[in-house]
Amino acid sequence: MKLSEIVRELEAVPLTEEDHRGLEITRCAGSDLMSDVLARPTDGILLLTGLTSIQTVRTAKIAGVAAVVFVRGKTPPPETIELARAERLPVYASPLSLFVCCGRLHACGMTGLDGRR
Amino acid sequence: MTLVTKRYPLRARDFLHAGEASVQVQAMLKAMRLDPGLIRRVAICSYEAEMNAVIHGGDGELEMALSEDRIVVEVRDAGAGIADIELAMQPGYSTADETAREMGFGAGMGLPNMKSHADELEIDSAPGRGTRARMVFHRRPPQEKAP
Repeated sequence: MKLSEIVRELEAVPLTEEDHRGLEITRCAGSDLMSDVLARPTDGILLLTGLTSIQTVRTAKIAGVAAVVFVRGKTPPPETIELARAERLPVYASPLSLFVCCGRLHACGMTGLDGRR
Repeated sequence: MTLVTKRYPLRARDFLHAGEASVQVQAMLKAMRLDPGLIRRVAICSYEAEMNAVIHGGDGELEMALSEDRIVVEVRDAGAGIADIELAMQPGYSTADETAREMGFGAGMGLPNMKSHADELEIDSAPGRGTRARMVFHRRPPQEKAP
């Protein structure tokens, strides 16, 4: 699924420059627990999270996450967005809940980290 | 023979900069075009250990040493230390406070994550003596390298 389609499906707005819209992503994780993200195979995934701290961006970099969508209409603090910009990590904000975001992407064919639906 | 050694100071409770050292280590190893799977393992362990030091530690230091056959990451802090290392290794066991949890850490996954991603993990700690976590990652022997 293209990142541009994901963004449309989640009614999300970009928080950084949009130069990754053609990115193809097939696997997705929803988590507010960064250690759980780090424990799983996360290369090239989409991360849905309600955690807006700067550690979300660092975790995403370390774990090889391709893009992050902050859920529940949360606005990250400026330092989180600044680091995402500096690290060239595409980050978005969706007004939808984590549950609804997961449901919409699942309906579009996205899988979990182990490829299961 | 050690090819490169890098040291980064760590500051206790500095959550704004926590993890910066590991991101820098990751970027350096990527620039050296090392095996992506190896870099991933090193980065995850380094980051978890760095977060532990910032959450629980006094000030400390992260050291990464790259040699031809291995990468060694050592994180030392002058914090409270660990009373029962075996207990601390249990998944889900944590003494982290609310601030660490708000950052998405402190769920008792740090040490188990380090153990599962490093080839060797050695923890040296005692109450009042701080903690030293040493992780070794073996590089692939030359004959197994991709052509």
